[in-house]
Amino acid sequence: MPIPALEVEGLVKRYGAKTAVDGLSLRARPATVLALLGPNGAGKTTTVEICEGFRRFDAGTVRVLGLDPRDRALRPRVGVMPQSGGAYPGLRAAETLRLVASYSAHPLDVDDLLERLALVDAASTPYRRLSGGQQQRLSLAMAVVGRPELVFLDEPTAGLDPQSRRATWELVEALRRDGVTVVLTTHLMEEAERLADEVVVIDHGRVVASGTVAELTQASAAGQLRFTARPGLDLTTLLTSLPSGYTASEASPGQYLVSGGVDPQLLATVTAWCAGNDVLAGDLRVERRSLEDVFLELTGAELRA
Amino acid sequence: MSWPPGTLAPRPGAAPVRRMLAAQTRAELSLLLRNGEQVLLTLVIPLGLLVVLTLIAFVTVAGARTDGERADFFVPGVLALAIMSTAFTGQAIGVGFERQYGVLKRLGATPLPRSVLLGAKTLGVLCIELVQLLLLSGVGLLLGWSPHGSVLAVLALVALGTAAFSGLGLLLGGTLRGLTVLAAANLVWFVLLVLGGVLFPLSQLGSAETVLQLLPTAALSHGLRTVLEDGGLPIRDVAALAGWAVAALVAAARAFRWD
Repeated sequence: MPIPALEVEGLVKRYGAKTAVDGLSLRARPATVLALLGPNGAGKTTTVEICEGFRRFDAGTVRVLGLDPRDRALRPRVGVMPQSGGAYPGLRAAETLRLVASYSAHPLDVDDLLERLALVDAASTPYRRLSGGQQQRLSLAMAVVGRPELVFLDEPTAGLDPQSRRATWELVEALRRDGVTVVLTTHLMEEAERLADEVVVIDHGRVVASGTVAELTQASAAGQLRFTARPGLDLTTLLTSLPSGYTASEASPGQYLVSGGVDPQLLATVTAWCAGNDVLAGDLRVERRSLEDVFLELTGAELRA
Repeated sequence: MSWPPGTLAPRPGAAPVRRMLAAQTRAELSLLLRNGEQVLLTLVIPLGLLVVLTLIAFVTVAGARTDGERADFFVPGVLALAIMSTAFTGQAIGVGFERQYGVLKRLGATPLPRSVLLGAKTLGVLCIELVQLLLLSGVGLLLGWSPHGSVLAVLALVALGTAAFSGLGLLLGGTLRGLTVLAAANLVWFVLLVLGGVLFPLSQLGSAETVLQLLPTAALSHGLRTVLEDGGLPIRDVAALAGWAVAALVAAARAFRWD
């Protein structure tokens, strides 16, 4: 197994009496996208800032590309996009990106990067006068222009319009394809579902679940099947034809609910039973758990808090 | 727009220090020159003071009868003021806001070493000081100023003064929040302008002169005046400036916060 691009073990960070990160462990394999998902205040940014070498920590181990996160040798190898700010307010967009590019031996082509991130029109606008979306995209460009091996993106699409969000997602996907490891924090389900090879759900400074999106959404009760039909059906024969562990009930008059593992076989069994009983099922639908359901279940918190 | 495969393939590496230093110095300079308040502070005010104080006799300078003799008193003081404005006030405010906006923190995550960042700031300050020296000396000569003394002694005093004021500026800008720095740096600038031997000879304040003479602006203006009027390097002023430089730089190195 290759060395993980990022390895965090038993990380603890306290601010006075408050424990912001409480024994957190995670790892990112090279050339994958790891998403840290959690509500505001869960400890995502603190964790990322420790990995970026900005903050000290109280206990645990952190290895970034096999090195101590504060090791200067990491600086050319790691790209960082903070949650906000970090640019000279008076410096123009193109000047800012050119300045950051000048720190690296083999930077990306600045004009090309500006064009691909739709910043050409803003190139000669000072940072403080850029729109929120432009500032975010410039910040993203600053994180990748030095051609790093590992990129930390702290809420890269927070507050972005749909086009900017899509541009950011395309860049993240291209980074992974070209062999760059991406660690991002988000509280957007859709973002984690679309981008992440692996998701770590964080709450109160701890990992409450981790795995691929598929693993997380299938982990426990795998789903439900709902349909409507005339009220008062006798479900006894349906239950006997289903494998054990399934339940079937009339949730409200005319609304039926079958719970258990949703697979093609279940669908076939239910429709066959309907045909056999002269039942015209309407509105038949399979409900799988979304990452959002998993999240609510694990943390009891609204994700977009 | 799509990204052709391989465009983003990792190829990390830090640029040569010389290239980073050149790019960073250029950025620092454009930021300084684009900032209206900075230009006012570093060029317009010293220039205006020099002209007004020399031509209009608000302040009596003992023994000075002509404009040229008045200029002999005011040019060194205004040079000291200019150096304080650039190295202390301007730098403190710049650093204070760069910290507040998270710029310095983020630069810490790039290959740019902190020593190169500080080197670029120093080079930026020296470039502005060069412009100030040329401009103020030029206007001074037009007003009838007649300098004496060794250029080397002047440069030594300017270098020590810059080190002392930069240390104080980094100490202030590196520890307090942006707006607090702005207020404090301007207040200190004003106090040192008044008590720094720039506007009037400190001898007018009687026995307080001995103590006030140790203030960095007073030491620099008095030192420059001594060299430019009579020649000879004033040891007491050199020692005072060296003391400020060491104390301020050591304190700044200890207390400076990057975020």
